Amino acid sequence: MSDQSAPPKEQFQLSMLIYDARYRGITIQIFVLLLVMSGLFWLASNAVTNLAALGKPIRFDFLGDTAGYDINQRLVEYSSQSTHARATFVGLLNTLLVAFMGCAAATILGVVGGVLRLSNNWLVSRMVALYVEIFRNVPVLLWIFVCMFTFTALAPQPRAFRGENPEASMYLWDSVAFTNRGIYMPEPLFSRPLGNIDVGIFLVSLELLVVLALLIGGIIFARKNNARAARIQDETGDRPSTGLVNAAAILLPSIIALIAMGFYLGKPALAGFNFKGGINMSASLIGLWLGLTLYTTTYIIEAVRSGIQAVNKGQSEAAAALGLRPGRTMNLVILPQAMRIIIPQLISQYLNLTKNSSLAVAIGYMDLVSTLGGITLNQTGREMEAILLLMAIYLTISLSISVGMNWYNNRVKLVER
Amino acid sequence: MKKSVFFGALAFAGLAAGASSAATLDEIKERGKINCGVTEGTLGFSSRDAEGKHQGFDVEFCRALGAAIFDDPDAVEYVELSSKNRFTALSAGQADLLYRTTTWTFSRDVDLKTSFVGINYYDGQGFMVPKSLGVSSAKELEGATVCIETGTTTELNLSDFFRVNGMSYEPLPVGGTTEAKALFEEGACDVYTTDASALAGVRASLKDPSAFVILPEIVSKEPLGPTVRHGDNEWEDIVRWTQNALVAAEELGVTQANVAEMAKGGDNPEINRLLGAEGSLGEMLGLSPDWAVKAIAATGNYGEIFERNIGESTPIGLARGLNALWTEGGLQYSPPFR
Repeated sequence: MSDQSAPPKEQFQLSMLIYDARYRGITIQIFVLLLVMSGLFWLASNAVTNLAALGKPIRFDFLGDTAGYDINQRLVEYSSQSTHARATFVGLLNTLLVAFMGCAAATILGVVGGVLRLSNNWLVSRMVALYVEIFRNVPVLLWIFVCMFTFTALAPQPRAFRGENPEASMYLWDSVAFTNRGIYMPEPLFSRPLGNIDVGIFLVSLELLVVLALLIGGIIFARKNNARAARIQDETGDRPSTGLVNAAAILLPSIIALIAMGFYLGKPALAGFNFKGGINMSASLIGLWLGLTLYTTTYIIEAVRSGIQAVNKGQSEAAAALGLRPGRTMNLVILPQAMRIIIPQLISQYLNLTKNSSLAVAIGYMDLVSTLGGITLNQTGREMEAILLLMAIYLTISLSISVGMNWYNNRVKLVER
Repeated sequence: MKKSVFFGALAFAGLAAGASSAATLDEIKERGKINCGVTEGTLGFSSRDAEGKHQGFDVEFCRALGAAIFDDPDAVEYVELSSKNRFTALSAGQADLLYRTTTWTFSRDVDLKTSFVGINYYDGQGFMVPKSLGVSSAKELEGATVCIETGTTTELNLSDFFRVNGMSYEPLPVGGTTEAKALFEEGACDVYTTDASALAGVRASLKDPSAFVILPEIVSKEPLGPTVRHGDNEWEDIVRWTQNALVAAEELGVTQANVAEMAKGGDNPEINRLLGAEGSLGEMLGLSPDWAVKAIAATGNYGEIFERNIGESTPIGLARGLNALWTEGGLQYSPPFR
């Protein structure tokens, strides 16, 4: 017989939920969660009931109705006879367009500015500091207004291009026109077009697909070719030259295809009140883009500066000891390490820029807020539905950016060994 | 996702809780003021003067209501609403009524659960262009860039007009009158479009009004009038009949100057009923018998309000046109007071 007895088996009692420290924490959390949920549920049901009492139950069928209004800047087919859902889609694409353009430009300017901000040249670094302080400390809406109104005031009106001796003229062999309505650029056209594929919500041009496929094929070939060259180099010590072959493989098929399809540039031309033809980048888009870019750049400059300064000084000293020149030290030693600090800040700046793009409504750029949250909302009177949809869409965009950037961050972050 | 839906609901619940459909008049009496929704600034219709006081055609109707209810034309709180948030503000109870150059349309009346109780101005959408453009008709506007103030019926009329005439155009929809005006002056658009009445106001406020012309075409019907929430018929009656009283006063020759004299009673039974010397029309509305006298004494009759704020002697310079009395070839007509 063993005199060792098992520890007394504890009977679980309800009172332990409150008096036992092991369970109390969980009890409190569940209780608070229930409280919060019921509070939110009460608010939601209150809103639904009140709306129903006002005779406006929440319904989304207005999205299928004819929109009836026109949109100036659009990436896909749209007319006033399209539906509200289509108008929303056009607005969404416009939001994404300006967000993408803004993020790209702000990143480039921000990285350059951040490096200049740390320049040893007193004047250069002070100039950048001045720029940062001026642009960061004034609301972005004002910068958008400044950019838009400066552009429309300085650029010539389309009618200035008219007449025998026009006051204004087009650039680049009469193919680009700067007007206060926007910039008109030549568009790629084909005299022997292949047509479009309708993928349901928009048309995809076959010409573009062909050229893209050929380019991608060429790049794959070039990589194989490089691998082959590396193998031969490993075996024999001599690396066969690949540059010319690769360039030809990437470019030639596309060029031949373009010639075969009869590629030419459609130049914009003055017709009536405005330029017709070509790709039009409207003044509102330019104003918004510039405003958002100039504003967000300041934050990216600061992010880059702080990232660079966070890299231990010993790193640059070590690089100098190895005989690396300052430029190479920056590119090869400092920036790769600074990236892991910069990128999380970049994510939030990208998100900010995307959300700030909703200020477009002030200067007539038809983004998501101007279409769904503006004219559609006003024409249909469906405030609740439109605002809920808007929030859901912005949330989706923001989360997508966040997921993408976090994935990139995980790739470049310093791996601890 | 879920979270933000709930927060949106939260925000709306707060608003919606303020809205109650019944007994607007009781609420107003308790508050001591009428919350009158007006525009953020349309010269002639509602704008602030140098001292920051609201003035204009629409404002006068609010003042008349203040006088009819409280015997004090200043017992009005002006709620400035954009064309976008006006219906939300009305249905949420932020404003008791709109005198906000709001067009009476089917969907607004039926689908938005608002009631239009009269027409204080018969308007229509027009176009303004710089004289230097050399355009004399809206039919010559093929391909033009058009500045629009968003959140109005304007976008649809514009789209319809150009579609019917087989023309194309570039819309430039702008959030506010000030911005739209600035863009138009800088030449970012060729044409400025809005209701003809507001257009006259915008033109008058430009740096050089004489350099711009308003084209003869009126491309839509825009009956502007007061708007209230569905469901409170007593309040609806007060708004409707106060406006009617001002129109009837013009027809019957009652003016701001002679109303006190005429209120003592005379030979014309209709005037007597209107001014409370006979019958009990005021009590039926839940107001004092001389409610119309107070209103007319505060603002004058319809014609006086028109001439003082937007008439031909003012910088706005609008002719009576459709807004003349029916006896003079216009459309302004009040149902009888009996």
